[in-house]
Amino acid sequence: MIIHHPILGPRDAQEFVYLGDANLIDRPDGMTAGVEVFHEYLYQRTNPAGEHQELWYHEQGDRSWLVITRNTVTHEITKVELARDVARSRGRSK
Amino acid sequence: MRYSGFRVIAEALTGHKGWKPVWRDPTPQAEYDYIIIGGGGHGLATAYYLAKEFGQARIAVLEKGYLGGGNVGRNTTIIRSNYLLDGNEPFYEFSLKLWEGLEQDFNYNAMVSQRGIINLIHTDAQRDAATRRGNAMMMHGADARLLSREDVRQMYPWLNFDNARFPIKGALMQPRGGTVRHDAVAWGYARGADRRGVDLIQNCEVTGMRIENGRIRGVETTRGFIGAKKVGVAVAGSSSKVMAHAGMRLPIESHVLQAFVSEGLKPLIDGVMTFGAGHFYVSQSDKGGLVFGGDIDGYNSYAQRGNLPVIEDVAEGGMALMPAIGRVRLLRSWGGIMDMSMDGSPIIDKTHVEGLYFNGGWCYGGFKATPASGWAFAHLLAKDEPHKTATAYRFDRFHKGLMIDEKGQGAQPNLH
Repeated sequence: MIIHHPILGPRDAQEFVYLGDANLIDRPDGMTAGVEVFHEYLYQRTNPAGEHQELWYHEQGDRSWLVITRNTVTHEITKVELARDVARSRGRSK
Repeated sequence: MRYSGFRVIAEALTGHKGWKPVWRDPTPQAEYDYIIIGGGGHGLATAYYLAKEFGQARIAVLEKGYLGGGNVGRNTTIIRSNYLLDGNEPFYEFSLKLWEGLEQDFNYNAMVSQRGIINLIHTDAQRDAATRRGNAMMMHGADARLLSREDVRQMYPWLNFDNARFPIKGALMQPRGGTVRHDAVAWGYARGADRRGVDLIQNCEVTGMRIENGRIRGVETTRGFIGAKKVGVAVAGSSSKVMAHAGMRLPIESHVLQAFVSEGLKPLIDGVMTFGAGHFYVSQSDKGGLVFGGDIDGYNSYAQRGNLPVIEDVAEGGMALMPAIGRVRLLRSWGGIMDMSMDGSPIIDKTHVEGLYFNGGWCYGGFKATPASGWAFAHLLAKDEPHKTATAYRFDRFHKGLMIDEKGQGAQPNLH
């Protein structure tokens, strides 16, 4: 798989480490959220067959986190964004 | 028809005209007491034991493709019970004991071959861990032996013992481990279930579940609605897709695992060997091909095919351990979809829907578990309580902090 890095251009997927569903960005507030919410966040996955937004880390590159939209049936990558931009657009790290 | 040596001789003398199809091809009835979704190893074993050991009737197995077309026909055929943790080891030892009597039990040649499995050791710390694991195995009635470097050298003198990074210092061996003809396991269970009246319905994909007042009423399929009092799901990599019909999200990610077979060679490896440090394991089939594999590709996938980097990684692991295979040609590679759970251990449990039961999260260790998984799932379906070896395989263990994490990796499925 070739990942079109928003800054570095086309890179081999071997340079990256995979973390999982991009919903991991939306970590609940540890001061207010209860056990149920954290259980849902940490352990439960939608695990779709089809389009999937996921976190990849460019470990052997610029060490950036990316949110990649990829089809889990065909492995086709349709969108690559910096995780920083996605997180900010979801209201985190303001 | 019961198979036996006499039957083979009798058929040979009469032109082999007496062999019949091994199972029926029934049309689905309007309703069953039990529906098992998934005609793979675990689903067929569940139906078989439900009928045979728990005396249940009116059972159907629904399979979206053909029987045994999923992971039971895609694995590397290894059986073993070399686990460490209390939640796992009794269950896998129960499974190994069932393997030992399986062929007589279901009257089918599954080529169960207890040729022994060794896990290579490269450091003092690994030897300590292997010793501990071997002791844990023996405390649960399994067999284990710690091999020295010289013991391993006597078995396989052509291994690379002095690899600079991972020199071989010994191994943990389970002599009762081995290999089984994987397709024959599916066929044997299917035939055994069919002979006991189970309807095996192929080309029948479940497209929905009918749930009324918190109770399962049946399933919608590509061959129409089929009613059921109880529904058991054993669909491995498709677990999240099927359980979504009941509105459930699971502690599971689907990942692709590749396996490989080389061209046929003369006898080289008489057992099973794992080189965990190099992400490589290997055995040799009775046809002579080296059957080997490594890690999962590492990203969510439903594709049943992997990518080239992992093939390269596995080949490197093989070469590091066995320089002699350098000119051996690869014959085939293929992929299967693993239901990777959050702690690397399976789930056999009820759900919040009354009458709906789940069996999954086997990661890439489902094949060896087939008999015990079927038995334990049948026990749960028939008696509504878990089998004594499967009490830890519950959904709520993540909620309660009772994970069964053999590798200690945490909620990171692609690392288990």
